[in-house]
Amino acid sequence: MLSVGGVYKTFNIGTVNEKTALRNISLNLEEGDFVTLIGGNGSGKSTLLNCIAGVHAVDQGAIIIDGIDVTKFSEHKRAGILGRVFQDPMVGTAANMEIEENLALAYRRGRNRSLRWGISQKERELYKELLRPLDLGLENRLGARVGLLSGGQRQALTLLMATLRKPKLLLLDEHTAALDPKTAAKVLELSDKFIEEGKLTTLMVTHNMRDAIKHGNRLIMMYDGRILLDIKGETKQQLTVEALLQRFGQASGEEFSNDRALLS
Amino acid sequence: MLSFCTLSAYGSSLGKRGGCRVLSVTQFCLKRLETGGGMLQIILGAVMLGLLWAIMTIGVYITYRILDIADLTVEGSIAMGAAIAAQAIYSGINPYAATFLALVGGMAAGLITGLLHTRLKVPALLSGILTMIALYSINLRILGKANLSLLRMETVYTVFKDMGVDKNTVFVNLGISQVVPVITLGLLCVLGIIGILYWFFGTEVGCSVRSTGDNPQMSRAQGINTNNMIILGLIISNGLVAVSGALIAQQQSFADVQMGIGSIVIGLASVIIGEVLFGKRNFFSRLVSLVLGAITYRVIIALVLEIGMPANDLKLFTAITVAIALALPVFRSYLSPITKSMKVGM
Ligand SMILES: Nc1ncnc2c1ncn2[C@@H]1O[C@H](COP(=O)(O)OP(=O)(O)OP(=O)(O)O)[C@@H](O)[C@H]1O
Ligand SMILES: [Mg+2]
Repeated sequence: MLSVGGVYKTFNIGTVNEKTALRNISLNLEEGDFVTLIGGNGSGKSTLLNCIAGVHAVDQGAIIIDGIDVTKFSEHKRAGILGRVFQDPMVGTAANMEIEENLALAYRRGRNRSLRWGISQKERELYKELLRPLDLGLENRLGARVGLLSGGQRQALTLLMATLRKPKLLLLDEHTAALDPKTAAKVLELSDKFIEEGKLTTLMVTHNMRDAIKHGNRLIMMYDGRILLDIKGETKQQLTVEALLQRFGQASGEEFSNDRALLS
Repeated sequence: MLSFCTLSAYGSSLGKRGGCRVLSVTQFCLKRLETGGGMLQIILGAVMLGLLWAIMTIGVYITYRILDIADLTVEGSIAMGAAIAAQAIYSGINPYAATFLALVGGMAAGLITGLLHTRLKVPALLSGILTMIALYSINLRILGKANLSLLRMETVYTVFKDMGVDKNTVFVNLGISQVVPVITLGLLCVLGIIGILYWFFGTEVGCSVRSTGDNPQMSRAQGINTNNMIILGLIISNGLVAVSGALIAQQQSFADVQMGIGSIVIGLASVIIGEVLFGKRNFFSRLVSLVLGAITYRVIIALVLEIGMPANDLKLFTAITVAIALALPVFRSYLSPITKSMKVGM
């Protein structure tokens, strides 16, 4: 479903701030794969997701989604086949627009936008049905401005928007990191539900090792712009935090305690 | 007579050039007001100007509030609208066609700013400034000189003369026979534009323009070509501003290459006055509040002139008003830190 081949990305080439964020990343996701992605601060996780989404152009390599080479596609063009949720709850929704308007924008992702009315009565019913199971009471507040919602509510809404039209690939970049533990757990649970029900191919970045182990069928660890570990199948299912730390130590030749950010 | 008085007050706000002449005309007019005038005429004159400037205000609103860009192109495109319309009418083209040409010219100006900003990655503010400066030369070329008189020419308003409005004794006795056609046509234009924009910003494309201004990152993630939406918004905005310029030029019977100077501030002042005084519940009431804001601004100006403020201080007065209005949130947060913290704690 996703094929990343030999991708390099360096920021600020030729300046003192030059920083290579991705070094020869290759990665294949099968349809229905739910991959959790972990790694220390600055290891290149967000950069990888941003390169897949077209926020950054890659320096080298190719990105193929569902058989389409999107390497040269602009961000908005790729968006038609992607669903994205960001770390910052403010980023995923338009604060000054209504809940239903936000959903209507997402409903037209990858479709032609014309001079037809921006939202139909039929859609409103659909949105109500879809918002009800979130259990946040949003189904009765379709006309409320999104800016009035809490971070958790906005993140849940963004998640719904990302999956409203089934994406070929769902990209979640630490989408629970900015939430309090209880809300984070709820949003994560919701993500699980959406991914399972929609059989969505997913790439989820998290800083929480327990979450990374508990969720998904495959775990990838990045380190300094490279993929260090790629654990799937049986091994992934039996993985423990201790085992993961040990494997990281072996693979990187470093003590994991150097990379405290990874510890949960 | 009255329309001419208010107009010359406006004329004096146009710039340094010919300051003395304009000033003396203003003083003459003010005398007229003292002797004969009366409040009704002052207010009607202000309403008339306000309606024409409301179209420009709506244009400013589209960039400043919807796209979240302070677009200085408008200073050039308002004068461009005036220049195109004046030159076209002068060359014998139908005034309505001339006004339409002004619309096209303004849209082209918006397109240039949009391309500079989105394709060449020039910061929005600078893109607007570049187009504005370029338009100054272009407008001079269109006019062929610094200003062009339309006295005794056909304008979009003269149709009403044919209908006998200027001979209607009631209007003549009230001294408002000049004002009626402008107010009528201005009102029609404003209502038409509000209707069209209300519809447009409710469509799929219109919603995309709004979301682009609100959250470009989210918009791209939802598959919206934000660059094109910014360009589209700038085109619509500057088209409206140019129409406003064309209508103003025909009302005042001349086009002046300097007439755009300070217009962005007048537009912002009107936007803010409208928002503060007339609320912003929904999009429709916002649009209406812009018109009321533009009219209120003109009424305020007419009144401060009436109580004796020198016309040359108008720009200073407007700038201070806008600065205070823009700073209102800061003042408020000093005054009531409690309400603020309550709002944040959602
Ligand atoms: N737009 C950018 N411009 C310059 N450098 C960047 C940019 N984005 C990322 N970088 C750099 O690239 C490296 C990788 O950053 P990235 O955001 O991908 O890390 P990450 O794994 O997501 O980290 P975190 O866990 O902190 O989110 C970092 O050194 C970062 O400073
Ligand atoms: Mg990151």
